[in-house]
Amino acid sequence: MTSMTEAPAAIAQTDPEAAKVRCENIDVFYDDKQAIFDISMDIPARAVTAFIGPSGCGKSTFLRCINRMNDTIESARVEGRIVIDGENVNSEHVDPVLLRSQVGMVFQKPNPFPKSIFDNIAYGPRIHGLAQSKEELDEIVETSLTRAGLWEEVKDRLPSPGTGLSGGQQQRLCIARAIAVSPEVILMDEPCSALDPIATAKIEELIDELRERYCIVIITHSMQQAARVSQKTAFFHLGKLIEFGETETVFTNPSDDRTQDYITGRFG
Amino acid sequence: MANHIVSAFSEELDRLSADVLRMGGISESMIADAARAVVSGDVDLAEETAARDDEVDEIEEDVERRIVRLLALRQPMASDLRSVIAALKVSSELERVGDLSKNIAKRVNHLTISSDVASALKGIERMGEGVVAQLHSVLDAYGQGDEKLALQVWFGDEDIDQHYNSLFREVLTYMMQDPRMIGAGAHLMFIVKNLERIGDHCTNIAEIVHYQITGRYLSSSARPKAPLLEG
Repeated sequence: MTSMTEAPAAIAQTDPEAAKVRCENIDVFYDDKQAIFDISMDIPARAVTAFIGPSGCGKSTFLRCINRMNDTIESARVEGRIVIDGENVNSEHVDPVLLRSQVGMVFQKPNPFPKSIFDNIAYGPRIHGLAQSKEELDEIVETSLTRAGLWEEVKDRLPSPGTGLSGGQQQRLCIARAIAVSPEVILMDEPCSALDPIATAKIEELIDELRERYCIVIITHSMQQAARVSQKTAFFHLGKLIEFGETETVFTNPSDDRTQDYITGRFG
Repeated sequence: MANHIVSAFSEELDRLSADVLRMGGISESMIADAARAVVSGDVDLAEETAARDDEVDEIEEDVERRIVRLLALRQPMASDLRSVIAALKVSSELERVGDLSKNIAKRVNHLTISSDVASALKGIERMGEGVVAQLHSVLDAYGQGDEKLALQVWFGDEDIDQHYNSLFREVLTYMMQDPRMIGAGAHLMFIVKNLERIGDHCTNIAEIVHYQITGRYLSSSARPKAPLLEG
């Protein structure tokens, strides 16, 4: 495998604006009820894309299409193509477990495994066979925790349980865990909504550093957070993609009235 | 546009633009009265006009304080953000208009009006009317969100500049013809220069109003301008 300390050359050379995830005509149904209507969008390779919209607008459903998390919901049916690096993730020969190592996910509530801090990070690389030796595994754990900005805080207590960390530290542990399996895309579903402002600021700082290496998609209900951390913003409403553009434009001069009404607090 | 879910926010925005317009109204009457006091040599009117600048300054300070508070508490976005920024910037332009009008009014005391400068005074009267009309229009554009009217004001400044240039030459001629006119002439020069500067503030306001309405910046370099004569 490529050493974790240096970015793979292919990633370093690609245009950060180039599409990493290409979504084509996505429809999602829960039984007969349609939740997502014909959404197409290109998510840039090394940038942060924010999904905003009122509760129930479909942004989480859409996000979960990208790493096939909707497979776990019996009644959900996804139509359309999601292409990552030329491959349709919905095609039958794609293994969802492998896909999810490429497309990591961080949830609203930090959910560390009930294991040691070390094992939380080492678990993924172990089951995916990413480390050949104990030294290599140690290196992955250290690099992942360092990138997640947690190493200094936990290096002296790696054997203690991950659940003993503070909420903000747990969330950074979950980000480190996602990074440990060398993903290319990281999905974050309201990663800061359970955190205090200081922990939130640390996560935002981290997201800003991570975007140099990863394609990041973040769902947030905080307009200010979306404006701060993202380069592109997508506004969803009633299962449709209403507006997708440069974050600065969306927040200062949106082109659609519904975007305008939502971000200025006129409906919700 | 629909009201905010937090109705107090809508009310605060409305009150801001109402106060900016009130400031604009006072500034507008100050320019008109200052020009009138110059032309008629009415010292009382001049003093009364200069005194009104305090009110303009007070409103500006109040508007600024409220905007700082509003930015901290409400974090406005999109059109709300643009209108808050517009209120902040327009109020500071109007504060300058108030200062310049006050400066014009204060010069009335020092003008010894002789019949020789009567035609220059006529010119100042007309230029004053032109500047007042510019400010009036741009305030209408601000109040009504009228992008076309804002653009009209933006292009209209060229006339003010030409007015300035011809008055500049005229006053200069008086001063060269009769050295006793130099004192009064210098004051007249400053008066026309102040009117010209007020015209510039009107174009700045037009640019701000255009940004508030459209979200796009007007480029100052695209505006037709008459080259200004400087002493």
